[in-house]
Amino acid sequence: MRAFSYGRPDSVDAALRGVAGQPGTTTEAAVKFVAGGTNLLDLMKADVMRPERLLDISRLGLDQIEEIENGGLRLGALARNADTAYDARVQARYPMLSKAILAGASAQLRNMATNGGNLLQRTRCYYFYDTGTPCNKREPGTGCGALTGVNRIHAILGASDRCIAVHPSDMCVALAALDAVVRVSGPKGERTIPFADFHRLPGDTPHIDSNLAADELITAIDLPAEGFADHSTYLKVRDRASYAFALVSVAAALKLDGQTIRSARLALGGVAHKPWRDPAAEAGLAGKPASLETFREAARVLLRDARVQSHNAFKIGLAERAIVRALAEAAGVEHS
Amino acid sequence: MIAKPTIPDLLDRPGSQIGKPVSRVDGRLKVTGGARYAAEFNTPGLAHGYIVSSAIARGRILAIDTAKALALPGVLQIFTHDNRPSLPWFDRKWKDDDAPKGSPFRPLYDATIHHALQPIALVVAESFELARYAARLIHVTYEADEHRTDLRAAKADAFTPGKDKGGFQPPPKPRGDADTALAEAEVSVDLNFSQAVEHHNPMEMHASTVIYHNDGSLTVHDKTQGPINTQTYVCNVFNLSTDAVRVISPFVGGAFGSGLRPQHQLFMAVLAATTLKRSVRVELTRPQMFSFGHRPETLQRVALGARKDGTLTAVIHEAVQETSQNENYVEVVVNWSGQQYRCDNVRLDYKLARLDTHTPLDQRAPGAATGIPALEIAMDELAAKLGMDPLELRLKNYTDVDPNTGKPFSSKELRACFQQGAERFGWHKRSHAPRSMREGRQLVGWGMATGVWDAMQGQAVASARLGIDGTLTVGSATADIGPGTYTAMTQIAADILGLPIDKVSFQLGDTNLPMAPLQGGSWTVSSVGSAVKAVCDRLRDRLAGLAAGLNDGPLKGLKADELIFADGFLIARADPSWRLSITEVMRANDLLVLEDEARSIPYYKSQMQHALGTHSAIFAEVRVDEDLGTVQVTRVVSAVAAGRIINPKTARSQVLGAVVWGIGMALEEESMTDQRLGRFMNHDFGEYHIPVNADVHDIDVIFVEEHDDIVNPLGAKGVGEIGIVGVPAAIANAIYHATGKRLCDLPITLDKILGA
Ligand SMILES: Cc1cc2nc3c(=O)[nH]c(=O)nc-3n(C[C@H](O)[C@H](O)[C@H](O)COP(=O)(O)OP(=O)(O)OC[C@H]3O[C@@H](n4cnc5c(N)ncnc54)[C@H](O)[C@@H]3O)c2cc1C
Ligand code: SF4
Repeated sequence: MRAFSYGRPDSVDAALRGVAGQPGTTTEAAVKFVAGGTNLLDLMKADVMRPERLLDISRLGLDQIEEIENGGLRLGALARNADTAYDARVQARYPMLSKAILAGASAQLRNMATNGGNLLQRTRCYYFYDTGTPCNKREPGTGCGALTGVNRIHAILGASDRCIAVHPSDMCVALAALDAVVRVSGPKGERTIPFADFHRLPGDTPHIDSNLAADELITAIDLPAEGFADHSTYLKVRDRASYAFALVSVAAALKLDGQTIRSARLALGGVAHKPWRDPAAEAGLAGKPASLETFREAARVLLRDARVQSHNAFKIGLAERAIVRALAEAAGVEHS
Repeated sequence: MIAKPTIPDLLDRPGSQIGKPVSRVDGRLKVTGGARYAAEFNTPGLAHGYIVSSAIARGRILAIDTAKALALPGVLQIFTHDNRPSLPWFDRKWKDDDAPKGSPFRPLYDATIHHALQPIALVVAESFELARYAARLIHVTYEADEHRTDLRAAKADAFTPGKDKGGFQPPPKPRGDADTALAEAEVSVDLNFSQAVEHHNPMEMHASTVIYHNDGSLTVHDKTQGPINTQTYVCNVFNLSTDAVRVISPFVGGAFGSGLRPQHQLFMAVLAATTLKRSVRVELTRPQMFSFGHRPETLQRVALGARKDGTLTAVIHEAVQETSQNENYVEVVVNWSGQQYRCDNVRLDYKLARLDTHTPLDQRAPGAATGIPALEIAMDELAAKLGMDPLELRLKNYTDVDPNTGKPFSSKELRACFQQGAERFGWHKRSHAPRSMREGRQLVGWGMATGVWDAMQGQAVASARLGIDGTLTVGSATADIGPGTYTAMTQIAADILGLPIDKVSFQLGDTNLPMAPLQGGSWTVSSVGSAVKAVCDRLRDRLAGLAAGLNDGPLKGLKADELIFADGFLIARADPSWRLSITEVMRANDLLVLEDEARSIPYYKSQMQHALGTHSAIFAEVRVDEDLGTVQVTRVVSAVAAGRIINPKTARSQVLGAVVWGIGMALEEESMTDQRLGRFMNHDFGEYHIPVNADVHDIDVIFVEEHDDIVNPLGAKGVGEIGIVGVPAAIANAIYHATGKRLCDLPITLDKILGA
């Protein structure tokens, strides 16, 4: 850990003043917000992130979960992951989200972790964490260690030859499926970022994770009214029963007319640099009977461009099975 | 002083402390934070060290630029190979009690890099945070050489080691003609296995706090399984007299073998303390816990031949295991396969291949935990091919003598383990065919395996001090890395002198105490326990003599074996109303304290004539998700024959913990190497997976009755390792039963299940 200075703004304005004028995106920023600290502090201790200044936003408020006009819910950026997952409204109206959050980390971590922090948590790629190895995300231009190394947990979709890391969040996969909207405050006031546009693919700039600007603060995440409470699920596949990141995870949500699919949402975790959605796969489900065959076809479409590395070929088959399983579970279709 | 053989009714009488499920005597200290571990000893002016690790796997350091780091106020010194003080040249000065043949690793000795994450510098500063920060400012330039970390590639150059480590026995010569017998066998199996590298990863990171005294002497708080081993190492490497180095390590937060050898943080802390003449602490980080010894990667082949009735006609077991360039780490991997079952044609072969890695290190049941699963998975495959119940196949080839040596076992209640374990598990309800026990999308499978471990004893010395108030303090310089040594020794002492537990205390982890061997190999109860028994027997005899000599006393003229010691009294067997308290006996003899010391020496002669071992039968149930390949180990029954169980509560905990680790070995644990970098990559607890609570379901432990008067005077064999041996095989066999897939590469992660 390097020396850094510390401040604790007491209002959103003060927080924004603290980051005012910083160029670029939040990933590269020298002045960083710290919320639960469960990811940022670890990365600082490992010397992976080296902010010069930390602004502790844990006393800004922004920790409420409120009804909003569109009939949805507003999740405060500083509401804890645990409080969000156990909120009665979230559980009743967005069970897929609740399940996703509870599939992540451990009880202790979820008690500390905030919703805003969860969005901006960084990849768990081994090389990213080990400063003795090359990594384009940590040190642009040094090369991607994982590409020729141990890449069992790495991406099969949307990767580049600069970086094959995956986004580790569970919560974000459900948020992506729900079409959540990220509310952000910045020098020019408030703006909203559709969830699909929040995270980035690695491309030539793997050192940048998201499109949040360095002088912006996440204030909330808005959920639309539609929560797919009747037919949705979150399925996480991992190397042990708890406390491990997803090898593959699926947020699956359906609207059904009897046994016919009216509309579908499908988001994958553990396979790409961001929660992965595919309009073609979702559109292909609409109007079809809720059957295993339909689900298999959707999986094939979604995975049509998947590309594997030396150790992660299993992820394609696994993702396919997980998609079918999750959709079947969401639809209440007997899986045999 | 040789401990006397067990007097059965002394140990088994009602009210005896031995065999009781006594709660840990140090439990309260542990849960209240009163127990202090190596990194928790404090002293004013303590300086803190932080280790810099190598980025390359092999080559040379060209330069270490420490200027920026040294310029920070509060940074005291940065030690590298460039500025280290003079260190001994001869290998023997660097040897420790667990060192194999070769040249031990010497930290900061020269510019050579032998393995990735090798410690190459130590920053010492006024605070840990500052030292860590300064470490980041050090710039190292290397000249990298090509390295080899791929065992499969190195296998071609494998060689046959000699008797290169204490306790290691090379495989016995072949008996019969196994290859021909295999070729001619009515039924045969031939399987290849791999076992991934595992790191010990005890909860407590390795740490040493070295307190520097004005006279130049040191008090060393080290995470160690042998305080004397630590002391010897420090004295030899730093040319200090044993008077000048006292090691005090009362508590160890797990070790599993990682504390059998002095690790480099000890060297670093002593180096800094003696050079700076200041007290210094050095603690490793979790990633640095992957920078030293580990369970070696192993490639194996097991081929079995049998007649149609299940009689084994051929056993071939070959293993190639990694070692470092500088030492020949060896463990007994294949010999067990000649011992477990009756078979006339056996060929066992064990080889080493050198990698650019740190020397591997004993890890819970070293060798057996690797070799036995291969044998036991092969046995399961054979049973499947024969269409025979796997348990029946084992019984068919059961042996009461060790076929490797022809010696009878001193005791072997494995049949009872099979019988009681099977009954508890409900094994007879198993349907034979794979994939025959489905529940929805979950494939249920039942598997079994056997385990074996040596019952060993070493020499140890214990001292005892009995006060006139009937309080007894016993001590020996052993360790308690978690098994409950404090408790077991207290029970043994209390039992022999007939004292309540709370009148007895046991001291360990201090080089001022009498000699004890390393705590490892499941031999502490056997070795140190026998010494404790020996010294308490002496006190008992002396007390009896003192009581007998009291002319007007009720016990006049009675011999020791005519007395019972209970509740602080000496009581005549003939008439329990004839009694004297310990206090009365001592007062009448004008004694305030009674002190003694005794050494236990194994019954070498009778032990030489026998095979000594602990045995177990493990039954496991798994549920495998057919779509996703995830495995839940829903039930395990482990039936263990380990002689007399001193404390069924702590012994059960040992086996429980070992079964949990067995689940990890079977399904999760693996240090993954990036072959291009020659480096372990998943070096933290986020990505090096060990079982979590959600992975662990019902575990049932049975200790079967087993009497043994040969292993040691207590008849107790120790249970530290036996609990893990065989568990991975039982789980792998259950996975086969569930899925029909025979998986031989541990750990069996879900990708292997889906891919098979
Ligand atoms: C061992 C371990 C296991 C885990 N397992 C899982 C898992 O299985 N699944 C999973 O999803 N997660 C897992 N996590 C990650 C955990 O969910 C994240 O660490 C947590 O959500 C981060 O939240 P935080 O509030 O602590 O963020 P912090 O660490 O405080 O911050 C993270 C980043 O977000 C930025 N930030 C925080 N709040 C804001 C804001 N309001 N506006 C702008 N920027 C902000 C910070 O500047 C920082 O860059 C695990 C973590 C650990 C340590
Ligand atoms: S995958 Fe990305 S994070 Fe991992 S080493 Fe490559 S560049 Fe770094």
